[in-house]
Amino acid sequence: MALLEISNLLKSFRAPDGAVHEVVRIPRFELEANTQFALAGPSGTGKTTFLHLIAGILAPDAGRITLAGHELTALGESARDRLRATSLGYIFQTFNLLQGYTALENVLLGMSFGPGADHARAEALLRRVGLGDRLHHHPRQLSTGQQQRVAVARALANQPKLVLADEPTGNLDSANAAEVLKLIRETCAENGASLLLVSHDRDVLASFERQASLAELNRAAQPKGTVV
Amino acid sequence: MTLPLIVGRSLRQHLLSTLVTAFSIALAGGLLMSVWVVKRQAHETFTGQSGGWDAVLGARGAKLQLVLNAIFHLEASPGNVPYQDYLDLASNRAVAAAIPLAVGDNYLGYRLVGTLTNYFTTEYAPKKTFALAPGGRLFEDGYREAVLGSFAAKRLGLKVGDTFQPYHGLNFDPTKQHEELYTVTGILEPSNTPSDRILWIPLAGLQNMSGHDPNAAADVSAVLVKLRSPIAGQQLDVLYNRQGNRLTFAWPIAKQMADLFDKFGWFDQVLGLVAVLVALVAAGSILASIYNSMNSRRRDIAILRALGARRTTVFTAIVLEAAAIAALGMVIAFGLHFAILTGAAAVIRAQTGVVLDPFAPDAVMLWAPAALITLSALAGVVPAFKAYRANVADGLAPES
Repeated sequence: MALLEISNLLKSFRAPDGAVHEVVRIPRFELEANTQFALAGPSGTGKTTFLHLIAGILAPDAGRITLAGHELTALGESARDRLRATSLGYIFQTFNLLQGYTALENVLLGMSFGPGADHARAEALLRRVGLGDRLHHHPRQLSTGQQQRVAVARALANQPKLVLADEPTGNLDSANAAEVLKLIRETCAENGASLLLVSHDRDVLASFERQASLAELNRAAQPKGTVV
Repeated sequence: MTLPLIVGRSLRQHLLSTLVTAFSIALAGGLLMSVWVVKRQAHETFTGQSGGWDAVLGARGAKLQLVLNAIFHLEASPGNVPYQDYLDLASNRAVAAAIPLAVGDNYLGYRLVGTLTNYFTTEYAPKKTFALAPGGRLFEDGYREAVLGSFAAKRLGLKVGDTFQPYHGLNFDPTKQHEELYTVTGILEPSNTPSDRILWIPLAGLQNMSGHDPNAAADVSAVLVKLRSPIAGQQLDVLYNRQGNRLTFAWPIAKQMADLFDKFGWFDQVLGLVAVLVALVAAGSILASIYNSMNSRRRDIAILRALGARRTTVFTAIVLEAAAIAALGMVIAFGLHFAILTGAAAVIRAQTGVVLDPFAPDAVMLWAPAALITLSALAGVVPAFKAYRANVADGLAPES
């Protein structure tokens, strides 16, 4: 049984003028456990919406998502929150670190809603991503590369089965991008988490053995440049 | 651990608005508690203050003025009582003790009261009589000697052996100094009663002070009365107030003060209304403070939700944050309360001799913080509901 199974997934949004725009229409997608998969997703192909649907942050209009044996689309919101807290890690393009919290606290929060705070594990993760001497620094005191490293540590804090990465290198220079990408792939493998990464960066995509085009996967007619 | 961490970090992140809002709660809570305690303590102290006496006999006039003049040493005397009336009252079998008082002079604004030395041996409160500070003695009748209340002595800087020349009238007028020179023979230990503000001299000394009307030299201003039984009070009430028309018998003393406070019963209602309004304004300030910061919190809320926090978790965090701001405000409020009350107690003591206890426990110290924190938490429900309904995907979208 696949770790992630998606069938007939449909999501549309209503625009302010009342028109309904279909953003995601994915007939089928599967991801096995302990795999790393890249989706080529240029702007306007519904990549963030797709990842939000997998994370249970958005509810689909139709279709079915099964994650680690749990049918996400059949769960209530509270249960989806719980599943996200225990089974998913999420890395964003803009890091989305909590500015008022230290690096350590950001990682601790990543586990607080799931398995519970574990200081030793949080510190070990930060040391693993090369921030052992930045535990008590706030995000504004860190470089962009370091901030994304904290985000990587946070995404793995709850020992997830699947890590979603949405353009994780989009805000980094090429040197940092390569380092962070390597780190994401290594740490996911070390922690037994599958990785589903979406990017439009050819260098990033080229490093993955398994990849597909989200634009081809997603049958929704997207006007070019639509941000969702 | 998670909720306290979220609340603590949010308070720190919005430190300025947290402190400003907490201070507005502190002002509201501090003022509310101090006004309430001053009102209650003043009521209890003034209505409970009788100096150990049951009644006051004075010239025909208002009973309240008589009590204020003879017990609290405030206001002017309503007139004189012939000395024979004092003797008649003192010899009445219903009367356990009667002490005459004469007023009309001051020293630098502090009132001189002429009396007999057995005033000092009468209990001013159960099992409490006036005591002299070491090195002092009571004045002797027929001599120009004075015993000073502790507060007056401290304020005037007088000690045993010092001399002073009184001034005519109850209010200080530097042009009206008497010729007589009085020597301080003793200073009373603090009694926390209006007597602490008085310069006590022999009755005859005040009656015969230069410049006083020689025709009234034998009169007294009032007579303090201790009765043998409550029935005696009723008998003398009938005798002086109903059958007679020259004198006024103010009995019981506490009732006169209670009547005074009853006249200000409306003040309690106004105070209650002000308290409710103050609490509402304070809670409103928390609501506005948190609600106005909701835009800047949108991303943090979305991140927490993306990490798995439930809607109820962010809702609870904001309600707790509102309660925490109010709790912080109430901690400051207690400092403010004690500062205000200490100042108010000093003013009331200087003006009346009545002593309030700033640190005495009062029920308002429990219900006011509880009410303000609860009300603030309820005010937090409004922004908390906004957080509860926040769209996670919108909050996570990159800011342009």
